[in-house]
Amino acid sequence: MSLIEKYPQEVKKILAKYPPEQKRSAVMPLLYLAQRQEGYATRAAMQDIADLLEITATDVASIIGFYTLFHDEKEGRYRMQVCTDLPCALRGADQFLQELCTNLHIQVGETSEDGLVTIEEVKCLAGCDKAPMFQVQGENGIEYHENMTVDKTLELIEALRKSGKEVK
Amino acid sequence: MAHILLRHRDIPDINKLEIYQKNGGFEAFKQAVTSIKPEAVTEVVKASGLRGRGGAGFPTGLKWSFMDNNNWPHYVVANADESEPGTFKDREIMAGNPFQFLEGVAISAYAVGANVAYVYLRGEFWQVAAFLDERIEDMEKAGLLGGKLFGTDYELKIYTHLGAGAYICGEETALLESMEGKRGQPRLRPPFPPSFGLYGKPTVVNNVETFTNVPMILSQGADWYKALGTADSAGVKVFSLSGRVNKPGNYELPFGTTFRQLIYEHGGGIINDRLVKAIMAAGASSSIIKVDDKALDTPMDYASVRTLGADLGSASVIVIDDTVSIEWVISKTVEFFKHESCGKCTPCREGNYWMMHVIERMEAGEDVEANTKLLLSVARQMQNKCLCALGEFATMAVVSGIERFPDDFTASGIGGGHA
Repeated sequence: MSLIEKYPQEVKKILAKYPPEQKRSAVMPLLYLAQRQEGYATRAAMQDIADLLEITATDVASIIGFYTLFHDEKEGRYRMQVCTDLPCALRGADQFLQELCTNLHIQVGETSEDGLVTIEEVKCLAGCDKAPMFQVQGENGIEYHENMTVDKTLELIEALRKSGKEVK
Repeated sequence: MAHILLRHRDIPDINKLEIYQKNGGFEAFKQAVTSIKPEAVTEVVKASGLRGRGGAGFPTGLKWSFMDNNNWPHYVVANADESEPGTFKDREIMAGNPFQFLEGVAISAYAVGANVAYVYLRGEFWQVAAFLDERIEDMEKAGLLGGKLFGTDYELKIYTHLGAGAYICGEETALLESMEGKRGQPRLRPPFPPSFGLYGKPTVVNNVETFTNVPMILSQGADWYKALGTADSAGVKVFSLSGRVNKPGNYELPFGTTFRQLIYEHGGGIINDRLVKAIMAAGASSSIIKVDDKALDTPMDYASVRTLGADLGSASVIVIDDTVSIEWVISKTVEFFKHESCGKCTPCREGNYWMMHVIERMEAGEDVEANTKLLLSVARQMQNKCLCALGEFATMAVVSGIERFPDDFTASGIGGGHA
């Protein structure tokens, strides 16, 4: 099913935001839509977007490559993205990330064995006063978690694991 | 003093339309649309001395007056890309006091004759964007957006637009490229956005905090606003305080408040009562201020901070205590800029790459003295050669760090960042 068949109302709403002759502006919102189900944009979705906006699939791919929040490969169902920039690191973010990975028996950038979470290191998320903090990118968009500890994070992962089972 | 921007801290539920209106909300917009000429609105903003809050500090009213009136339509774009390490004020403003921000956008749109305004939010602000969408819908239902506003012919639509994780999109021309559905790479300037902006049309781009000042300036008058702050920096500012302080957070204070007041009176002092070693006043894009009593007693306004060989920028004050090596600090800032360089111009793309590598060599124990010299030389070669400010910013902490903290660039001084 193409993107427009899957989400007709949303596609329409997105396109209405921009002048008709400037519909290329819709490429980023459409990519978010394309990522909703699988967590990444498939080749077919890229082509759908290209056709819809009258640009090439290469143009769409160049957008995916440039921006951190777009992905063209499947990873964990949830991407847990920890900020380790200077202000967060001054409040223990590096240590937090390390301990979290040790507890999950994975390295930064890797996915837990059951495919549930990928732990990533990201740049500033504008939550510097509430470090350690991270965002979770998943099917419901992006959610912030601030003033976190390793224990609280492990609990959150457990909760995500359980909610996933219910969905399935 | 009651807050002017962070009013949600004084007035509960001001993020609900009804409460915002009960507290004078949208009176300024209504008054402007029904009884003030657009150019006169711009004149008030000019007279208030308001300067852009995104970092550059450009006079806001002057920017609006540059709009090319021979080229239509006009656009207004709110820069909510907030990505500077150490900056987290716009997020609080949009979540806490969203209508005042949106009213500021609306007034600006009226002043420059725009019928469409966009709020460009960094992609990570997904939740904030969804929240703003609901507020915009509330405004539409209440007749504060749409056609025939307040019985006049003026019409206005506001839309949110999400970026997707790229610091460079905070640079206004990169932001516009991104909005057009392209990679966020800066344009060669001039022309500036007021003559060639979104879709090649005249565009005002201002920061969220800048817009949020506008409704009160209009309702209380330019003189009222000017009387707050200092001669060169009118009004109030939200200072984002982070790093090794006991109470990090946003503090809305008049320009001219000293670093000491911010850190000790508001921020609760330094963790474990350590000493302040250094301050970065403009986030990762700062020259690093070496702290002594004189620095601590310096008023935070654009001109005074410059006397310390630094800039106030977006007033994202990162506090570094004496347990931290400045070499480690710059390893963090360089890593950031290397990741965020958009790749368009060579000095920035290659310069950041090499600065990172030289720092890694140093940390691996290779000749620290020689590599420090090399690092400084790479940074100096980048200066004044980059297409936009990002490349320039990347060098500031490096050059000032090496020059002002030479002891931290010796075999025993490197590494050892704070855990």
